[in-house]
Amino acid sequence: MTRLVLGPFNRVEGDLEVILEVDGGVVREARINSPLFRGFEMLLVGRPAADALVVAPRICGICSVAQSAAAAAALAAAAGIAPAANGLLVRHLVQGTENLADHLTHFYLFFMPDFARPDYAGRPWHAAVASRFAALRGGAAAEVLAARAGLLRIMGLLAGRWPHTLALQPGGSTRAVGSGERVRLRSILREFRAFLERRLFGDALEAVAGLATRDALLAWADGRDADFPAFVAAALDLGLDRIGDAGVPFLSYGAYGLFPGGLVQAGEARVFDPGAIAEDASSAWLADDGPLHPARGETLPLADKAGGYTWCKAPRLAGDACEVGAFARQVVAGHPLARDLVASGASVLGRVTGRMLELARVVPAMEAWVGALQPGEPFCLVAGLPEEGAGAGLVEAARGSLGHWLSIRRGRIERYQIVAPTTWNFSPRDRAGNPGPLERALVGLPAGDGAPPTVQHVVRSFDPCMACTVH
Amino acid sequence: MAVTTPFRVLWVQGGGCGGCTQSLLCAERPLVDELRDAGIEFVWHPALSQETGAEALELLAGCADGTIPFDALCVEGAMLRGPAGSGRFQLLSGSGRPLAEWVGRLARRARWVFAVGSCTAWGGFSANAPGNPLEACGLQYDTDEPGGLLGSEFRAGADLPVVNIAGCPAHPGWIVDTLEMAAQGALTAADLDELGRPLLFAEQLVHHGCSRNEYYEFKASAQKHADLGCLMENLGCKGTQAHADCNLRPWNGSGSCLRGGFACIACTEPGFEAPGHGFQETPKVAGIPIGLPTDMPKAWFVALAALSKSATPRRVRENASADHPVVRPAVRKGRGK
Repeated sequence: MTRLVLGPFNRVEGDLEVILEVDGGVVREARINSPLFRGFEMLLVGRPAADALVVAPRICGICSVAQSAAAAAALAAAAGIAPAANGLLVRHLVQGTENLADHLTHFYLFFMPDFARPDYAGRPWHAAVASRFAALRGGAAAEVLAARAGLLRIMGLLAGRWPHTLALQPGGSTRAVGSGERVRLRSILREFRAFLERRLFGDALEAVAGLATRDALLAWADGRDADFPAFVAAALDLGLDRIGDAGVPFLSYGAYGLFPGGLVQAGEARVFDPGAIAEDASSAWLADDGPLHPARGETLPLADKAGGYTWCKAPRLAGDACEVGAFARQVVAGHPLARDLVASGASVLGRVTGRMLELARVVPAMEAWVGALQPGEPFCLVAGLPEEGAGAGLVEAARGSLGHWLSIRRGRIERYQIVAPTTWNFSPRDRAGNPGPLERALVGLPAGDGAPPTVQHVVRSFDPCMACTVH
Repeated sequence: MAVTTPFRVLWVQGGGCGGCTQSLLCAERPLVDELRDAGIEFVWHPALSQETGAEALELLAGCADGTIPFDALCVEGAMLRGPAGSGRFQLLSGSGRPLAEWVGRLARRARWVFAVGSCTAWGGFSANAPGNPLEACGLQYDTDEPGGLLGSEFRAGADLPVVNIAGCPAHPGWIVDTLEMAAQGALTAADLDELGRPLLFAEQLVHHGCSRNEYYEFKASAQKHADLGCLMENLGCKGTQAHADCNLRPWNGSGSCLRGGFACIACTEPGFEAPGHGFQETPKVAGIPIGLPTDMPKAWFVALAALSKSATPRRVRENASADHPVVRPAVRKGRGK
């Protein structure tokens, strides 16, 4: 058995180290180390409750608005209020903007450059893919940066800036939209839709959203001159439709009032009980008082703890590791293509397709939300925060389910616990020895001298965000 | 102008959120085009470069031992020295060594060192957990005290201290323009303020160009979130004290914190993360905000505020506490005089 330590594992958000035990050119065991500790839960304690809206977004520069939304939702729950209808639409719009920008960043800048590697030089698709997706030099980089910056002008209009806005409040949003600005929002979305339809899909968004089976996807992609179809061709050639399954349930808290949340286990929809979430710190360099629900959780670093190999806790739902993310969200929401793909297990192809489905489905929804804004009606209700109270904010970030649990005492934050999407996906072993989803998904893959970069594809197929993981 | 020798930038990430890179990618002109045409290239960037694992470590080691030449070191994120000086709160993955140690070695090979973002410049939020258990600091500051990882005497090869492109996050234009000035050999000590921040953004106040200036002039204040009025009196805005050009150089096309309807929290200033009051509240003594505008004597401010409040037009007063204009500017007959 040979130990391989892969790091710095780059083109992910934040710090990641992948440790593989390899025998006969095959991964026998994998351990995932999140080698950075951030300590945000410690620095939130003792601050005025509303300060969570300033501090929490700064956990992560790529999921910043998702962190805002979770903090605002947790404070609203503690205050027992709901945001103004317009404010809720703005929250959907800015969360949708961030999530879609992240999906695009992941596909073009983080994920696809691996297919430009010389390892694949003999493949029929390689020359075209390398010229388009090579890191920093490929032709797609400038195009996608323009499209991404164009979409993020929605943040300039609705949230002041991105990342790190204070626009999302428990009572709504701080920037009212007039009828003139609605025109500009529509124009930005039209420009973004044009990029997606021309370069990413080579087809109308509605046609992509309407793909209902694996066979339909493959027939649609075959020979189509666009970026996602180019990936599908490479993925089929490399067998990426058959690898990367973690064999764990799929979890989603539900997004935008558009994608229902829940749990899918072994192909069956199950009731999701947030009370069954517990974080196990037995493999983390953190104090461990047994698996604790996040409302009672603790975060206390112990760098010398025996058996620790990461700063990441292991969240479990009724004892199970869960996979979260766009694919999980689409599986749980019951999209027919996601359900058909998952019949043979999660895969690199499935996870990427999940993000593509969201690009195709959420842009039309955003167009509708812009239409539903009511200029002149309130955007933010006055929300008095309680002196004593507790609440949870469960939202979906680009990379999956994000939860904040807080309690307030004498107006100040008494406890603040965060369970981020990649905390689920890249969790370490729990006290029963059950590995986390990525640790399971890597077993059996080729690795070591002369192996293709398969491990790279599987790790990045999750679109990890390590900054959030180690909040 | 044809640039023949590229200006080579090595980028590493410390204890931070990665938001300054995400912000950088929002640059007005696609970053890859702008940097290439300005003669700037990345030796390596953790989020963007092809090289990973052993290949990346080899590059970093070569830069640290001087065998791979580079011009600028950009660091993003606080330096975590804990626990107990070990640096184990952030080991550079794959290397088993503290990131802060790598930064120390790399900084001594660089002609320029840029602290990108307030975590890197001052320590920021990372240094603000009670008792600073992470032992976090900036490159050359511990909050507002000179020192930090590299020490106050540190000078990079081109003889400047660390250049602090502060902000949480830094604006993409601040980063790109500063790098381009350095690449042209045009960034000198005279281009930095007392805290090492490039004057190209730090010689302004956030207040300059604020879209709420008419409300400020008349002290017509917002009372609650989403109100159009000035955010200084009640909602914690520090735009009159914070050094940055956020309202002259828009964010994401047209934005700024103020345009987004929320307070400037002075994120370019050391110590902004611990204001000593709620971020969205204005501390006052006897009803007067204690954080007065930079360069303004208190007596003048009080006198001016009283006068301007008494002279506030109805339009300004009523719109200040609404989330959209309820009184439009009057339309007069004839041309403006």
